Amino acid sequence: MNIYVLLKKTFDTEEKITVQDGRIEDDGAEFIINPYDEYAVEEAIVQRDKHGGEVTVVTIGDEDSEKQLRTALAMGADKAVLINTEEDLEDGDQFTTAKILEAFFEDREVDLILAGNVAIDEASGQVGPRLAELLGISCVTTITSLSVDGDAVAIEKDVEGDVEIIETSLPVLVTCQQGLNDPRYPSLPGIMKAKKKPLEELEIDDLDLDEDDVEAKTKTIDIFLPPEKEAGKVLEGEIEDQVKELVSLLKNDKKVL
Amino acid sequence: MSDKLLVIGEVRENDIRNVSFEAIAAAKQIDADAEIVGVLLSGSDLTDAGEELITYGADRVVTVTHDNLKSYTSEGYGQAILEIIDELSPKGIVMGHTSIGKDLTPKIASRLSAGLISDVVDIEKDGADTVYIRPIYSGKAFEKKIFEDDFTFVTIRPNNIPALAKDESRSGEVTGKDIDIKDLRTIVKDVVRKSADGIDLSEANVIVAGGRGVKSADGFKPLYELAEVLGGAVGASRGACDADYCDYALQIGQTGKVVTPDLYIAVGISGAIQHLAGMSNSKVIVAINKDAESNIFNIADYGIVGDLFEVIPLLIEEIKKVKA
Repeated sequence: MNIYVLLKKTFDTEEKITVQDGRIEDDGAEFIINPYDEYAVEEAIVQRDKHGGEVTVVTIGDEDSEKQLRTALAMGADKAVLINTEEDLEDGDQFTTAKILEAFFEDREVDLILAGNVAIDEASGQVGPRLAELLGISCVTTITSLSVDGDAVAIEKDVEGDVEIIETSLPVLVTCQQGLNDPRYPSLPGIMKAKKKPLEELEIDDLDLDEDDVEAKTKTIDIFLPPEKEAGKVLEGEIEDQVKELVSLLKNDKKVL
Repeated sequence: MSDKLLVIGEVRENDIRNVSFEAIAAAKQIDADAEIVGVLLSGSDLTDAGEELITYGADRVVTVTHDNLKSYTSEGYGQAILEIIDELSPKGIVMGHTSIGKDLTPKIASRLSAGLISDVVDIEKDGADTVYIRPIYSGKAFEKKIFEDDFTFVTIRPNNIPALAKDESRSGEVTGKDIDIKDLRTIVKDVVRKSADGIDLSEANVIVAGGRGVKSADGFKPLYELAEVLGGAVGASRGACDADYCDYALQIGQTGKVVTPDLYIAVGISGAIQHLAGMSNSKVIVAINKDAESNIFNIADYGIVGDLFEVIPLLIEEIKKVKA
């Protein structure tokens, strides 16, 4: 099978967010593979080991994105592609990303594309379904189980807590939800091997795209932090009295009961 | 003829979801003069649901009933919506940021080569621009976005933009439209219901969430009782899910669901930054934890330091009293 994973780097979940001039300050921030994309990498490896074929991890980013690609290679992916847009694109949106990926996939044989259900930074969840539509292939989001038998694909999909049992066929694009698997940590031999695995770097020129083709449809005009929450009130006294006071505060002050 | 805004409504078990009414209110905020056209899709008759959308502010409603729309699939719904868009040429679309909204809208936006601003929590006017505010980095920050061209396409987060008051005196046309939905490549064979009480976490007004401090699956029982008394839903921290106290479907946090209920009661949750990311924008936060040093107390409006198995039963009794 020709298996592809769409990967994005995101801020480490421990990072504190600071804003400078309406932009997120990312100097010195630690980056990781978007946690949902880790499920996608893991599942791609599992499916390849079962059915044969090759796993290619694709990211759109800058030269620093190589680190996350190498991590995916160390987990067991076979090849990586970095589409470096640092010099060509100022502000892309999900339309931009999907168009770039469409151009990338244009001449490729694809059986299975896996992506995260959402990236934990911008959290739009758009790129996967947008790309599937551009490629004219089926798309199932928020999957928690995947099994492929020939061309037939059986999927369990999380729908706000319920599970849908879905049947479709290859080629398909799926987005991965928590519960799908337990992503492995790269092993030491894996890390050593990853250094020698192929990592191809492309720019949008190489995909026969102009900036105009991928011009964003939406624009971010400002970023701000939510107001700091004031320190709350820790109640005191006998537990019974605390509970009474709490209920009274919720009912009379906050009016949420 | 005035401009049209489509509001794609959602029907679940014969009830229109509240977020669909909120989407009508959002459409009015985007353009108070636009004609709001509600759209409802299903496998069975939708006339009553259509009329209800009108009482919440839709000017008219288009319904499509077809066997292939019985279960939601992006393919089936996509075909129907694209045909309606083709006929009505709306200048924008609003939908709830629900499981279906998240799945369907990027597909339609892609087909229309349109932008899509998802998960909007607030709408502002800035001169001629309509500005959409949405959380990023799991609510640690917010961004303001605008569209670069004339087409508006947004999904709104449940529980943030208030619905208009129901007005029974409003009237409008509910039209059934025949659309032939072609065979689907993707089929829903079955749905396994796991959310026992039917209250979806993202739409719940009250959430009682448990963490590792709950200690076992059994330990969640008092939390379910408390949630029931409050008419709310039960959620959990990643720690509780990892320890198998409950299903991942209940997980709230950076991975998991992001929620903004009116009241969030965190029970035995330490308050890791990843959990806070999923709930810190809740309107009122109550923390119950044995450890007075827990981080959760830093963001809680009210805290009780104590044993949850002692506190929760007392709380249930006290709430029953004031609710009686």
